[in-house]
Amino acid sequence: MGRRTSLVRRPSRRSRFEAGVKALLFAAAAVSVAVTLAIIFSLVKETIAFFGDVSVGDYLFGTKWTPQFAGDQQSFGVIPLVWGTFYLTFIGLVVAVPVGILSGIYLAEFAPRRIRKIVKPVLELLAGVPTIVFGYFALTFFTPEVLRNFLGLGVNQFNALSAGIILGILVVPTIATLVEDAMSAVPQSLREGAAGLGANKVQTAIRVVFPAALSGVVAALVLGASRAVGETVIILIAGGQQANLSLNLYESYQSMAAYIAATARGDIPTGSIEYETIFIVGMTLFVLTLVLNLISIRLVRKYRQVYE
Amino acid sequence: MRKKGLALLAVAGSLAFGVAACGDDDDDGTASGSTTEQSSDGGDISGSIAIDGSSTVAPFAEAAAELFNEEYPDVKITVGTSGTGGGFEKFCAGETDISTASRPIDEEEEVPVCEQGGVKYTEIVVANDGIAVATNKDLAVDCMTVEQLKQLWNKGSQVTKLSEIDPSFPDTELSLYGPGTDSGTFDFFTDQINGEEGVSREDYEASEDDNQLVTGVSGDQGGFGYFGFSYYEAAADSLNLVGVDSGDGNCVKPSVETIQDGSYKPLSRPLFVYPKADAVTRPEVKAFLDYTVENAAAIAEAAKIVPLTEEQVGTAKEELATAESGS
Repeated sequence: MGRRTSLVRRPSRRSRFEAGVKALLFAAAAVSVAVTLAIIFSLVKETIAFFGDVSVGDYLFGTKWTPQFAGDQQSFGVIPLVWGTFYLTFIGLVVAVPVGILSGIYLAEFAPRRIRKIVKPVLELLAGVPTIVFGYFALTFFTPEVLRNFLGLGVNQFNALSAGIILGILVVPTIATLVEDAMSAVPQSLREGAAGLGANKVQTAIRVVFPAALSGVVAALVLGASRAVGETVIILIAGGQQANLSLNLYESYQSMAAYIAATARGDIPTGSIEYETIFIVGMTLFVLTLVLNLISIRLVRKYRQVYE
Repeated sequence: MRKKGLALLAVAGSLAFGVAACGDDDDDGTASGSTTEQSSDGGDISGSIAIDGSSTVAPFAEAAAELFNEEYPDVKITVGTSGTGGGFEKFCAGETDISTASRPIDEEEEVPVCEQGGVKYTEIVVANDGIAVATNKDLAVDCMTVEQLKQLWNKGSQVTKLSEIDPSFPDTELSLYGPGTDSGTFDFFTDQINGEEGVSREDYEASEDDNQLVTGVSGDQGGFGYFGFSYYEAAADSLNLVGVDSGDGNCVKPSVETIQDGSYKPLSRPLFVYPKADAVTRPEVKAFLDYTVENAAAIAEAAKIVPLTEEQVGTAKEELATAESGS
């Protein structure tokens, strides 16, 4: 009895160790929160400075983005950049969504073990290719060889089509892997049940397992879209640097992230209005990505089904 | 549970990507003011040199600083890019040791300010600058007048085909390339062609990276652009060079020679440095200037601008010899 009370009162070596681990884990989690807060702080500071010079309405609804010009040629309408970002993302998703979902379904439901053992690592390898490699692949191979010579399209050297398609290929592994995970997580009993009712393999996969995994699939799609929205280098290298408000796939476009990268590389003086545009565009991108994530949480909740 | 984990993963992941996009991916950005400093053996001279001025001369000054530091690692050199005018403002207030300029100091506006500030200086030509107007190989244009270039590039220009300017020009849809508005090339071109610095049409592909402009012009059938002459030289095989007629009916194509002797008008000019007389008495500044003039050709090559002629080097040496007294 006496021994037991002493155990409770005095922390043993083990419980001290556990407290230490807890503190370490908390610190690790706190780092990411602190960094996020610091980023928001730095963005907000310059955003306020920016809106001291430009009205919110001119920024959000203006259709001309020429911050680096002087005098009456200078204009701060962010719409062309937002448009460029979403247009390229859209092209990317047109490629990535079908390819990603179908390969995810194939890997989860149909692929023989042997093929799966080859395809999965290759997909993961694709996800690990640095985006700058994709960028130059698009610029120096995909645009001139595939689009121009093979397909005979009259695209510009920097164009939305090439950058968008390669952007899509970049996103494919993200979507495919997450879809596969989501579908593999569907309990085996559902498949057995479907088989018991006489469904064949395709019917089971499409009508039973896929709907059951829908929340995971939606999460995969939104994550893929977020990845595309934030992608910088491919668009910077292959998509061009012209804030363009058009629909022409052959023309050059600029996305928000690419604008930030291109402008930060130039010789802009710190504290100037051009300098502030880097942060306001960063803020806009941050908010848009956040909204995308909120939508994804909503969608995932809506489609969630629990099998226990 | 697994589903929830997945959703969390999605959120965390996309947040991370969104945030990452604001910062990384492009780590070769150069700050506008660069400092070169090394601390190792060799070089008994130490101290610091403040250089500011034209963004066109900045690559030259930076290359000079870098090469100089290989021999004299203990000298700290800062190169700012306040622009020629902004550079002289600081220079005449005594804030900098050397001012760089893409035009001579203004006799009426800037010289008196320097006199008032008691700053004596010497003018030394260190390199030559030239802008090449180039097109895609398929877009056969041999010569354009300044007026025609202005029609194409001026503010509000709606020209989409060269044939709109002159029916004898090709009827190809143009895709235009030019330097970013922060570059000295943009300032010089707009000043000479459009008549006012910084005034230009906006609907062209602008890049701070001249190599990207070359890629675009050589890749697009209607590719048309302007950039530093050295970038043309490096890709001469894949581009068509356009001669410029300054209005006297004489069409001149840029080359090292025509840029050096100034006959390629109006897109060539000498580049200057203005050392302060007081500063030249300091050993590190003297050594830097001696080094720069002595190696002007190698530095120009490293900075991708057109070097001095033999004769110009001679003149630069003479100028430098009087720099301590501030001629």
